[in-house]
Amino acid sequence: MTRAGGIIVAVAVLMALAGPLLVPFDPATQYLALRLEGPTAVHWFGLDELGRDVLARVLAGARISLMVGIVVVGVSASVGTVLGSVAGYFGGRLDEMISRLIDILLAFPGLLLAIALVAVLGPNLTNVVLALSSIGWVGYARLVRGQSLQVRELEYVLAARAAGATRVRIVTRHVIPAVLPAVSVQATLGMGGAILSEAALSFLGLGVQPPTPSWGTMLSYGRAHLLDAPHVTIFPGLAIAVLVLGFNFLGDGLRDRLDPKTIGD
Amino acid sequence: MHVRIALRFYSRTGPRSSTIGTQWAAVGAFLARRLLLTVPVLLGVATLVFSLIHVIPGDPAQAMLGETASSSDVADLRQRLGLDRPLPVQYAAFLGGLLRGDLGRSLRTGEPVSTQIAERIPATFELAIAAMIVAVGVALPLGIAAAVWRRTLVDHVAMTAAMAGVSIPNFWLGPLLAIVFGVELGWLPVSGSGGLEHLVLPAVSLGGALAAIVARMTRATLLEELRQPYVQAARARGASRTWAVIGHAFRNSLVPVVTIVGLQFGAVLTGAVITETIFSWPGVGRLLIQSISFRDYPVVQGCILLIAVTYVAVNLATDLLYSVLDPRIRLE
Repeated sequence: MTRAGGIIVAVAVLMALAGPLLVPFDPATQYLALRLEGPTAVHWFGLDELGRDVLARVLAGARISLMVGIVVVGVSASVGTVLGSVAGYFGGRLDEMISRLIDILLAFPGLLLAIALVAVLGPNLTNVVLALSSIGWVGYARLVRGQSLQVRELEYVLAARAAGATRVRIVTRHVIPAVLPAVSVQATLGMGGAILSEAALSFLGLGVQPPTPSWGTMLSYGRAHLLDAPHVTIFPGLAIAVLVLGFNFLGDGLRDRLDPKTIGD
Repeated sequence: MHVRIALRFYSRTGPRSSTIGTQWAAVGAFLARRLLLTVPVLLGVATLVFSLIHVIPGDPAQAMLGETASSSDVADLRQRLGLDRPLPVQYAAFLGGLLRGDLGRSLRTGEPVSTQIAERIPATFELAIAAMIVAVGVALPLGIAAAVWRRTLVDHVAMTAAMAGVSIPNFWLGPLLAIVFGVELGWLPVSGSGGLEHLVLPAVSLGGALAAIVARMTRATLLEELRQPYVQAARARGASRTWAVIGHAFRNSLVPVVTIVGLQFGAVLTGAVITETIFSWPGVGRLLIQSISFRDYPVVQGCILLIAVTYVAVNLATDLLYSVLDPRIRLE
């Protein structure tokens, strides 16, 4: 499954990057005479309500989804790792403050707070990334804090402390490297989550705005043509499901390899 | 037999009743501590919801009324919402209103927000509970089958289906179900509310992802239980793997499964926002999205607050139930 996940993700990344070379149509060009035409030998995924090539838009949407995923996961994992390791290793008031903030943010179902933030900040790609990152770091911080509490008691960390290493040095040189495997698993699974969340926000009209191609926006507009042109809905949805599945397979496989308890399950 | 006699004897003696008393005292102390810890979280939730209106770029009153609104209308709204008062006064008034159940008035209809939300709560809860029933109904057999026939085709198919369930967005599954069962087959209505038939497609669409998570959890906890000595002993006495799973391991694996179902309630509520929009289900989620498009921020705040508080309450209830079922949690 890990290999299948890796292959799916690699193919998706390649197709997203090589999109313009693979499809001879621009995602924004409108062939109005052919609007809502189903899949043909020329337009493999058919055309949408404005006569745009659905395959070209799915590939362009892949770039948006992957970019959102990478930025959101990158920012969330970095902020979460720093705050979590500081809270776990330093302890005391700093830990108390960060932990209370984590508790409060965890009291909101993740996507709900993103919906709320985008609703007040305004719907666009930057605000989607901002909203998803400002919630995303919490999961990483909680994970890293827990791991740091264990790492701080390990002998090599105690030895570093005894040798006079500063707390900042111990956190950056010992604690953070020790928690990185767990963070990388969470980040892989988080890519799938971020892609789903961006698509959900765009579907609700709170994310990427037209004419920028986004899988969620394509699904939203496709709903009006479910009966006469289901292909407009089917292909972007399939793209989301397959890419998220790929990241989930990959993340699950990595977790199993890093956790000896689950080997054989 | 010996054990039963010993227990009966022990139950007549003093130390057992005092042990029970101590246990209940421990439960009471745990409940009190857990309830007390919820207070700052709720205060934090309220503060965040209060802050929402203040992170609107520019003048919130202008944003609500739109660019074309006259300055007198904007000033009037600012005064009506109390935005012209100092921030601490606004905050105190907001918290005071919450304690009285007063969430302000809708900018669009002028109705109290609490009334609007109260009218929509039953529909959302109906949908959420139906989705959870669907999820558990699908997930338990799937998880059990995967554990019984571990590392066989059944296991692989069940777990791949579960992984697909987590990956398929409900805003895609919903329309697909509507095409197949509503339009092509004509079996079920594709929008609105009413009888049970209206509930089926939204509940299946919303429950899909939860079913996948619960199925994976059921399989994992069952496999964990199967490693326990009491199951090994049953197997040594000749119990089949199927009976070891169903007759022995399943009951003990239910506690973590119930916990996961409870903790996933928040995801179900958030998913309901999307599902209600797809199926025109008249719940709080649809009200939230409609209010966002009308920039009716008091209603947006009310909906977010209600969903978050419900989420906190369900998580608290799950935690408490777990602590009653599993004494080790209290000791931690």
